[in-house]
This record gives sequence, structure tokens and C-alpha cells, in this order.
Amino acid sequence: MSLVRPGDSGAIEAAIAGCAGGAISRGMGRSYGDAAQLRGGLVLQTTRLKGIALDQEAGTVLAQAGATVGELLASLVPAGWMVPVVPGTQHVTVGGAIASDIHGKNHGVAGTFGTHVEQISILRSDGEVQSTEPGESLFEATVGGMGLTGVILSARIKLCAIPGPLLAVDTDRVASLDDALDSLRAPGGPYRVAWLDLLSAQPGRGIVTRANHIDDGDASPIVRARATVPRRWPAGVLRPSSVRAFNAFRFGSAPRAERGRSESIARHMFPLDALDAWPRLYGPRGFMQYQLVVPSGSERTLETVIERLRRSRVPCYLAVLKDFGPANDAPLSFPIEGWTLTLDVPRSARAAELLFDGFDELVAESGGRVYLSKDARMKPDALRAMYPRLDEWRAARDRADSRGLWRSDLALRVGLL
Amino acid sequence: MKLLLIGGTSEIGLAIARRLRPSHTVLLGRNEERLAAAADGLEGEVATGVLDGDGAVERAFAAAAGFDVVVLAIGVLGGQAGLDADTEEALAVMRVNFLDSGALMLQSLRGLRAQGRGTLVVLSSVAAERPRASNPIYGAAKAGLDGLAQGLGDAMSSSGVRVLVVRPGFVRTRMTAGLQPAPFATTPEAVAEAVAKGLNGNAHTVWVPSRLRLVFAVLRHLPRPIWRKLAL
Repeated sequence: MSLVRPGDSGAIEAAIAGCAGGAISRGMGRSYGDAAQLRGGLVLQTTRLKGIALDQEAGTVLAQAGATVGELLASLVPAGWMVPVVPGTQHVTVGGAIASDIHGKNHGVAGTFGTHVEQISILRSDGEVQSTEPGESLFEATVGGMGLTGVILSARIKLCAIPGPLLAVDTDRVASLDDALDSLRAPGGPYRVAWLDLLSAQPGRGIVTRANHIDDGDASPIVRARATVPRRWPAGVLRPSSVRAFNAFRFGSAPRAERGRSESIARHMFPLDALDAWPRLYGPRGFMQYQLVVPSGSERTLETVIERLRRSRVPCYLAVLKDFGPANDAPLSFPIEGWTLTLDVPRSARAAELLFDGFDELVAESGGRVYLSKDARMKPDALRAMYPRLDEWRAARDRADSRGLWRSDLALRVGLL
Repeated sequence: MKLLLIGGTSEIGLAIARRLRPSHTVLLGRNEERLAAAADGLEGEVATGVLDGDGAVERAFAAAAGFDVVVLAIGVLGGQAGLDADTEEALAVMRVNFLDSGALMLQSLRGLRAQGRGTLVVLSSVAAERPRASNPIYGAAKAGLDGLAQGLGDAMSSSGVRVLVVRPGFVRTRMTAGLQPAPFATTPEAVAEAVAKGLNGNAHTVWVPSRLRLVFAVLRHLPRPIWRKLAL
């Protein structure tokens, strides 16, 4: 795999002109799986394409693919604007956000990142730069298309006006999964998320937050890392006993029911960014994340997943539950209306892959799916069962890529192509 | 999914095609009538083509605009006579199982490499792992094919193309009709099931039944005097 960092679209065009072994674009490389890598192929990192142009009158921003969410917020928030959807880290690029069609804590009201994109410029494998808009098949195939339709060069994004850089956060402790589900749909602000402690003796206890914009106070629009996990972090520090103790502390120190505590947008949205290189905490073998969504009405599937996880020997160090609003029109977009559960487990847990294969079946049966951007292990059967509009996406993709140039390890592994 | 079956009348090959349920299937073989009959038994869109010299595989790739899976299922068992076999017949067994199959393998892999993805399924045999005294010619030819498939598979490991070597034991088919089934005898459907499972994962070698992997891990390392006494 050879990685290049082109400085402009001309350099990308030159790089792909004679490329025979396939190519894929890459943003910050924060996907947990193999979405932005290609064994034996060319990887085009877009992080030098950083232009940002705010149009105050239209309430839009034209951003190049390599601009990150953090860079956008740094220039937008002081002017009273925000991208309507931000993920759990500020270190994702605009190109990556579109290719993964990322979601945030406010999916219930705001939908995905792609919902707010008005136009995308994309470099196709034949060297043409094509502009595409919502409703067109290239646009819909590109949103959530895992970079397999071409290199996203820039996008125009509709912004939302915000009163200031602070949020009012409501916090509730919950005692069970059912309480968490209820609390996530209780009245309150649009940014909602539940942290669950799956290692405790009381399964599903956790902390639910709901947050809303407020118009006083001042804060930094981004998070600055306060510490970096060293490269040679040992493997045995994160273990069920230490995480159980940490979780108990976190649960115990959270307020039972608190209303309206103010916190900066950045601190609330990107808590993990305060600790640079946090995945190193898992030691050299790293971790796997499994993110599923099941439709509303399939809450029992969540229960079964959590129950099976608890009965297995696979320790889940971080579990996050969120509600999703209606799906958008993109055939490969992950979110559908229902519940999404995210599970982080150490890769040293040998039974994890087998366990996740079983989850795939449960999730597919309930009409749900697994998030490709997080995936490192899913099999083609599961993909077909989970994404019923796969053939429609493939047809649009094939039209956009007559050379068959774009591919990634993920695409080859799960049979996207 | 688009499937190319080379050896379009092979019972194992057709069982694989039925199991994988491709949307498009192309059957390549020598006998047009039998190919037509085989095509009737498959669902989805099916096309047939005759293997007449070079270019048939290349034409199939061009006509179908690529394949997701290519199954190479060419093989003849021949008589079991070994040294006493008619030389012509012995050469035919070697030619079909190694040279002809090998040539088709190269052509298929070129097609897959050009599209940068896809899997070639090569029907080898447990006989390839350690040729036996009872059918040395077939075993040696399959060993050649098996080795070629492994080597090319390794050579292409970074190209997006995968080679899946399938080593069934005794399979009850037309080819083995009238022979005494060996231990661990299996069926085309079981081979198809194992291939489907292998394709879905990231396997490079599939044994059918899977126990044969262990059995042959032992057999291939048996000291020769014991191997000979077993007279398999």
C-alpha cells in the first residue's frame, strides 16, 4: 500500500492516471476498520485540501475534503454557526464524514451529515470532476458510499445558526436498559446519548445526557488534548477489573438527576479528544468496535445482544446507546429509525469475532444493520442481509467508476463491489 | 453475484452454482448439449460457451463485464491402473487435470487481476496432498494443479484477488460411479456448502469434509514404510 498526500486535485488526477492496482481516498484515518486502506493499492490522503469558505448570507460553508470538523468549528462557532451534525471526535474530515455519512448525538432531529450537504464535487476515476446534488444517483451513492464512487474534493454544507459555544446539559442516572431507552426519548434537548456500564452486576445501568444550545457564556469551539497516551502503553492496564472499577466511579460520581449544567459544545461532543491517541489504552493489539442499529420495536434484540455479551467471556469496556430518527435516501447510509448500540471490546478477546457473527444474524433478522465505518470483521452474507439496497448502490457506483479503480480492503472483504 | 463455471457440466461445479445462487452464471464446457441441459437446472440468467482453444475465458470476461467468482472444475479421473495404464490415457489424465486446467487457471486469474477483485475457486483433491499408490497419475496431476493454485494465489495476495483451493475427499459423482467409496466420502452438495462458507470468510484452503484437514495433516507426514503399509 502506498500513501500519497496530494496538494490539489491536479495531483490526485496525476496519481490515478496510470494507477492499475486500485485506489481509495483517506481522510484522518479514524475509521476503526479497513475502510481507508488498500493492500497493494494507492491510498490518497486528502488532508492537505483544507480550504474553508463561509457564506454568512446563505448560511453555508464550502469546505474542501480534508478540512476537519474541528477546523470547521474553529472558524464557524465564533461567527455563530455550526455544522448541524458532528460525530464523537473533531478529528474527521469533511470527505470522510460524507463517505461514512456520519451521525451525531442529535440524529433524532438532524439526521446524518449527508442530510445537510447541498453539493459535492467529486473526482471520478476517468479524471473528470463532477458536481452532484441531492436526488442525483451519484450524490446518493457517494453519501455513505465509503469513498468508492470517487475522491470527494469539496462539499457545500448547510449550517445551523447557534446562539453560542455552550450547551445546557441534563443528566440522569438510569438503572436498566429499559430506563435508558425511556430516558433517551424523554423531553429535553436534541443531543442525546446513553453511556451503559455493561461490566457491572446491574446490567444496563448507565448515564443519559440530553443537551441543548444556550446563548450565554464563552468557551473554546474545539477540544485541546490535555495528554497523550504513550506509544508503549502496556497491554494489561485495561482489564475487566480496572474498567469495572472505573465504570463504578463514573456511575457513582454522575449526578442522579441534574438539569441545565452548562458545558462547551466541544467538551460535550468530543470527550475522548481530550486524551490524544486514546486507542493505545487498549495495548498493542487494539480494540474492535461493533456498532449496530435495530428498528424501533426491536428493543428485545438489544436486550438479547447485551445478555449474550454478558454471558460470553468478551469484556465490553465501553457501550453507548443512542436513538436514531428517520433514515435518509442514500442506499448505503447506516442510520435507520430505531436504536443504535456501540460496543468496544479489546481485540485480545478471542471469542469476540464469533460473538459478533452471531450478533450480525440477530441484527439482520430484526431488519437492522452494522456500521461499515466501524467494521473490521463482517462477512459478505451479513452485508447482503443488512443492506437491501446494495444492488442499487452498486449500479450507481459502477456508472461512476467505469475503470473499476476505487476499492478498499473493506469493500473487498465484505463484498461491497 | 456473477459466476463463471469452467467445467460447466461438473456435478460439483453445478452444485456450487446452485448453492451460491448467482444472478448471472456463465457455463464453459466442451459439450454444447450437456451445457444446455446443465443451464436448464440453474436459476437466474445463464449463458453457455464452448471451450474451444484459447480465448473462451477472455471472451466470457468481456461479455459479462467481469465475474465475482470463477470456479475451475475441470477434471478426469481416468483408470486406476497407474503404471499399467495405457500411455495415451495416462497422458490425457495429466493433460486435462494439470495442463488444460492450469492454462484455464492462468486465463481466469488474468481476468480477475484486471478487475482487481474476485475469487477463483480451484477444485483440487485430497489426492494432491500426498499422491497415493492406487491412483498416482491423477494424484500427481492434481498435486501440480494444487501447487500452481497456491503459488499464484500467494503471488496475487496484494491484488485484491483471492484463490480458494478446495480439497474434497471422495465425492459421490458420475466421475467416481462404480468405485468403492473411500472413508469420509462426501457429496457435491457438501462441497458446495463448504465452498460457500469459505467464500464468505477469508479462507484460502477448504477441505471437505473438514476433518480431512486433520487426517491429511497426519497422513502427509507419515514415514513412508507406514504409508505404504496403509495401501490407501
